[in-house]
Amino acid sequence: MNKYWKYLGVCVLIIALHACKDTDDEPTYTPTPVTLGVPEVFQGKLLPPVIPEDNPLTEEGIALGKKLFFDPILSGNGTQACADCHRPEHAFSDPRQFSLGINGNPGTRHSMPLFNIAWNFENKFFWDGRALGLEAQIFDPVVDPNEMANTWPNAESTLQADAEYPELFEQAFGTSRIDSVNVSKAIAQFLRTLVSANSKFDRFQLGLAELTPEEENGLNVFLDEGRGDCFHCHGLPANPLWTDNIFHNNGMDEIITDLGLGGFSGDPREFGHFKSPSLRNLAYTAPFMHDGRFATIEEVINHYSEGLVFSETIDPLMKNVSTGGAHMTESDKADLKAFLLTLSDESFINNPDFRQ
Amino acid sequence: MMKLKKIALLLVATIALVSCNNDDDSSAPANVTVDFTFTHNFGGTAIENADYETTSYTNANGESLTLSKLVYLISDITFTATDGTAYTAGDYNLVNARTGSNINFTPGFDLPKGDYTVSFTFGFNDEDNDAAGGYEDLNTADGGWGVPDPLGGGYHYMRMEGTYVNSLGATENFQYHTIRANRHNTLPPGPGTLDELTDTSFTVNLGTVSVGSTTSVEVQMDVAEWFANPNTWDLNTWFTVLMPNYEAQLDMNENGSAGVFSLGTVITED
Repeated sequence: MNKYWKYLGVCVLIIALHACKDTDDEPTYTPTPVTLGVPEVFQGKLLPPVIPEDNPLTEEGIALGKKLFFDPILSGNGTQACADCHRPEHAFSDPRQFSLGINGNPGTRHSMPLFNIAWNFENKFFWDGRALGLEAQIFDPVVDPNEMANTWPNAESTLQADAEYPELFEQAFGTSRIDSVNVSKAIAQFLRTLVSANSKFDRFQLGLAELTPEEENGLNVFLDEGRGDCFHCHGLPANPLWTDNIFHNNGMDEIITDLGLGGFSGDPREFGHFKSPSLRNLAYTAPFMHDGRFATIEEVINHYSEGLVFSETIDPLMKNVSTGGAHMTESDKADLKAFLLTLSDESFINNPDFRQ
Repeated sequence: MMKLKKIALLLVATIALVSCNNDDDSSAPANVTVDFTFTHNFGGTAIENADYETTSYTNANGESLTLSKLVYLISDITFTATDGTAYTAGDYNLVNARTGSNINFTPGFDLPKGDYTVSFTFGFNDEDNDAAGGYEDLNTADGGWGVPDPLGGGYHYMRMEGTYVNSLGATENFQYHTIRANRHNTLPPGPGTLDELTDTSFTVNLGTVSVGSTTSVEVQMDVAEWFANPNTWDLNTWFTVLMPNYEAQLDMNENGSAGVFSLGTVITED
C-alpha cells in the first residue's frame, strides 16, 4: 500500500509542477480574428473563400500586411513597394506593359491585377501558375532580380532593425522575431481582403441596376458559343469571378517563345498556357494579356474575332482558327465591350481600406 | 489493497459486459459501400494521360482526331435489389479523364451485401439540373460547368474537346459539348429565342453486380461510340457551336445511350 501512496505522491508533484509552469508563462497572445465577408452576389454561387488553416485572417495580420504591401522596405535598395507595380487605382495592376524593377529592368509579363484572390480554388498563382498558394507566391517578387532584387535574409534583418515592425509582428503573430514566412502570411492576409463585387453588373444581378440594350446584347454575345463564347474560360453570371483561374493557349502566337505553364511543369502540351485573368475591372487594368500586348479592349476582342493563329498547344475552345476566329460584327463587338465594362467596380479602386 | 482489487474486478467485469454487447451488435449484417472507378478507351484502346493531344484516333466516319479534354458529369448512382428496394444518395461526380480527378468515386450511401442491378444518370436529369440555387462547386468546376441561361441554364453533361483533320486536310478544333437539348425559334440564341427544352441526360444500366464486404466496380467509357452508333458523326458538319444545336444534342443522346458506357471489371470480396 505504501508503494501506491508513493506513486500517487509523484503524480501529484508532477501535476503541481506542470501547473506552476503554466502559471508562470505569459498568457498566450491571440490576435483579433477577422471573418472575410462574402459579397451578396457571391452567396449561393461560390464555395467559401480559401483561407489556409495556418494563416487565418486577423486584424493585426491584415494591418501589417497592408503596411508591408505599401512599404518599399522589402526591396533591395528601399525604393520599391509591391504597390508600385500593383497600384490600387489600376485594380492593383500596372498601366505599363512591363513593370520596372529597382534596377530599371523590365519584367517579361504584365503585372497581374489583384482581387478576389481568396476565391482562386485552383490555388495556383502567377500567369504561369508556378506558385502553389498565395503565401508561396509572395516569396518570388522580393528576390526577383527584375523586381525588388533583395534577399530574404536582408529583408528580414532590415525589418528586424526597424523601429515599428518588430512590435507589429508581435501583435500579428505573437513573436517579434521576423522571418519571411510571417512576412508572406501578413501580405497574403491583406491580399485576401481585396474583394471586388460591386460592379454595375453585380448590382444588376441583385436587382439594383438596369443594363442598357447594348450591354444586354453584349452579354448575349459573351454567352453565345457562336460569337464571343467568352464564358467557357471567363465564367458566367453563375460564376461571378469572371475567370476559371486555369490555363490556356488562346491563339496569340504561331511560335511560342514564352512557355508559360509548360515552362514550369515541363509538359510540352502546356507550352504557351497562361492563366485566364478575371474580366472584372477591365476599365482599370490595361494593357491586356500576359504580355500586355493589347492596349485596348477593342484589340482584345479583335484578336478573338479575327486574329487567332494556330500553334500545337492551342486550346480547342478557340473557334474557327483557320479563318482567324468567329468574325463578329462591329455592332456585336461594340456591345460586347459595353457589357465587359459593366464588370468594372469603381468602389473597389476607391476603397480607402485598400489605399495607403 | 483489498479495495483496489475489488475496483479492478469491477472494471474487468464491465469491460467484459461491454464486449459481449459489441459481439451481439456485430452479429447483425453490416451495410457496406461500393467503390467506382471510371476508365476510358477508344474502341478498346485505353486512353492514358499521355495520349491527350498526342495520340490520333479514327472515328467511324474516318476522321482523324486527337483529344484534349474529356470531362463529364454522372449522377444518381442507384443499386436496385431483387425485391425492388433502391439505394441511392442522389449525389454526383464530375470526372476529369485527362487529369484523373474524380475517376475514383464512392457514392454516399451504404447497402446490405447482395446482388443488385446498377445504374446511373449521364449528366443531370431535369430535376437535378434545375435544382434551386444550383451547385456551388460546379459553378467554378473546370472553369465553370454551368450552361448560359439563353440555352436553358443548368449544367454541362460533358465537354469533349480536341482537334480533327477536316475534309480539306486542315487541323481544326472541335467541341463536343453535351447539354440539355434546346431548340430556338431563331439563332443566335438570346432572350426570347428559346422554344423548347428536351432532357437529353440518359440512364446507363450497367447490369448486375454482387456486393460484398468490399466491392470495386469499373465503369468503362468507349469514346469511339460517341461518334458511331446509331448516328455516324461527321465532324466536318458538326464540330463546333453544338450547344444550341438541338438536333446535334438529340444525336449525342442517342449515341451516348447506345453503348458508350459499359460495366468493366468488378472485384467483390466477401
